[in-house]
Amino acid sequence: MGNSMEHVSQTRLINETSLKERMIDLATRWEFILVVLFLAVVVYFSNASPHFLDYFNLMNTTFNFMEKAILALPMIFVIMCGDIDISVASIIALSSFSMGFASSKGADTPEIVLVGLAVGLLAGVINGLMVTGLKIPAIAVTLGSSSLFRGISQAVLEDQAYTHYPESFGYFGQGYVGESLVPFELLLFVILAAVMGFVLHRTTYGRKLYAVGNSLTAARFSGVPVSRIRFMNMALNGLFAGIAAVLLTSRIGSTRPNIATGYEMEAITLVVLGGVSITGGKGNIVGVIIAVFLLGYLKFGMGLLNLSAKVMIITTGFLLIGAVLIPELLNMLKSWRKLKNQQKGL
Amino acid sequence: MNKKMEKILQNRELNLVLLTAVLLIAISFRAPSFLALKNIERIINDTAILIMVASGQLLVILTGGIDLSVGSTIAFSGMAVSMLNQYNPEIPVVLLIFLGILIGTALGAFNGACVAFGKVPPVITTLGTMSIFRGFTFVLSKGQWVTAHEMTEAYMNIPKGKLLGIPNLTLWAVAVFAVMFYFIRYTRSGREIYAVGGNKTAAHFVGVSERKVNFMVFTVAGALCGLAGVMWTARYAAAVNETATGFELQTVAACVLGGVSLAGGAGTLTGVVMGALFLGIINNALPVVNLSPFFQMGIQGFVVLAAIVANVLMEQRNDRKLLAGRRR
Repeated sequence: MGNSMEHVSQTRLINETSLKERMIDLATRWEFILVVLFLAVVVYFSNASPHFLDYFNLMNTTFNFMEKAILALPMIFVIMCGDIDISVASIIALSSFSMGFASSKGADTPEIVLVGLAVGLLAGVINGLMVTGLKIPAIAVTLGSSSLFRGISQAVLEDQAYTHYPESFGYFGQGYVGESLVPFELLLFVILAAVMGFVLHRTTYGRKLYAVGNSLTAARFSGVPVSRIRFMNMALNGLFAGIAAVLLTSRIGSTRPNIATGYEMEAITLVVLGGVSITGGKGNIVGVIIAVFLLGYLKFGMGLLNLSAKVMIITTGFLLIGAVLIPELLNMLKSWRKLKNQQKGL
Repeated sequence: MNKKMEKILQNRELNLVLLTAVLLIAISFRAPSFLALKNIERIINDTAILIMVASGQLLVILTGGIDLSVGSTIAFSGMAVSMLNQYNPEIPVVLLIFLGILIGTALGAFNGACVAFGKVPPVITTLGTMSIFRGFTFVLSKGQWVTAHEMTEAYMNIPKGKLLGIPNLTLWAVAVFAVMFYFIRYTRSGREIYAVGGNKTAAHFVGVSERKVNFMVFTVAGALCGLAGVMWTARYAAAVNETATGFELQTVAACVLGGVSLAGGAGTLTGVVMGALFLGIINNALPVVNLSPFFQMGIQGFVVLAAIVANVLMEQRNDRKLLAGRRR
């Protein structure tokens, strides 16, 4: 009896965390690290360039990363459930191509936008059907469909481009909100992020996402419609790719088959960098939003320092791998410390 | 008798041979010269690089992973070796080939280390290195190309020369096939790849190190990409920054067509070679049937999706049969 009592008190001693331990816990929290990184970026670049901390510049540079940020929002859901979608950039190509085609046939702005969104949604639905209906891994489906979707626009457009869009169509990607300096794209992102954040954190759908991500089997046995949720995620991803296609096409005013190349990598980087676990079940919208502005302003600052686009792509690639690798290393460190503490206690 | 027929029909390689034969006959109706020996030889030579890289991709897919960085690895090692050749033409080509393989091995080992020791999923690792390696290619070359007149004659002759009337490039592919065939089928490490891909837990309990296998497959895939980089730049007599963009899809396509399961653990090298040749025929047939090369990407995407769906439907049918048999 006495022996086991002693054992209990000892366990409690080990579990009671000291202030130092709690500080370490906070410092290794992912959002905290992101905020520190963000501040580091701001401090470094505002010292390195006088043009960095300028309200007009800070607002205007969001044009360069809002489309990718919008792609990242539904990608949170997809990755949360342990799937992945590397076809989003190609969906943009297909959707943009369809809008160009509609425009060349004399469609006006509302119809063009509708076509863009519908094609994006359709592409997402096709992906979703193959993933859930035929039970094919998402990576395989989207690798194939990414080639098919972009391939369609390439087969028809060849080396040509659609360059004629109605003037009013330019508002989505170039316009500002009222008389302010806030780009329409930024406002749209804020609204969409709020909606998606609400869905993720305040609805049953969001809770089910975490359940599926934590254990697909357990979720299915608890009555969560796993297939329907994964299908919805892929479809939503397509729809948001359609939205991004409208913005991007409107911003650059033309459609080439190679439009948005590499966007899938950036969108996935934002999600992973934002702390969403690639093995599923962990993450929140705040982390991803911080990651959006961290990466966006990092690139803006690098541009001010005249670093080439290729250096930025290399940086993004390292961030993608680092975002998974570093927490993994931190975890190893944590469990190693725990082990050492336990050895000391016993 | 009926059962025998069914078994033959389910043999993946045989199915693919039949499908290829049908495709060849269909094309030859349009252009009889397509079946000429010289053209067949050309198709095989055109597919040689794909065969090399796809057999590396096979190893990775067998473990249940995927390597999206093969195109960028080819580009980087090809560019590095071509630049060496440009600035130091006195380096013998044998050493250049060796260096190409070495560079590819190093890049592959980086992928392997991230996956095996850093526990970063293969998709994330190789999606990242796809950009990183491609970016480094630009940084290394400063955006410049190495063109034919900047390469030595000996370098460009690596794939072009002939032995007994067969182009060297084809011979290289045959050599890679032979080595890989032996490795996958008859060595301990080769069998361990199937073990890990088939059932991780079971493999662990019989003492197979998943880490070692993961590290190994990416390293071998990288080495083959390094060799392919030398062959690619020498064959097309140009090292450009966009070399082999999108090649990862073709290698995955060759595997999937060859009946390799993307879930890991199932697939043969001969199947992959057949799959690669099938793709090679389609690519070579496009001009014959009057389709512009711009169709290539879309057709490849379609073929991949069709092959994946076919694989899955076949697997599901087999599973059902297995279940039915057990019930009886």
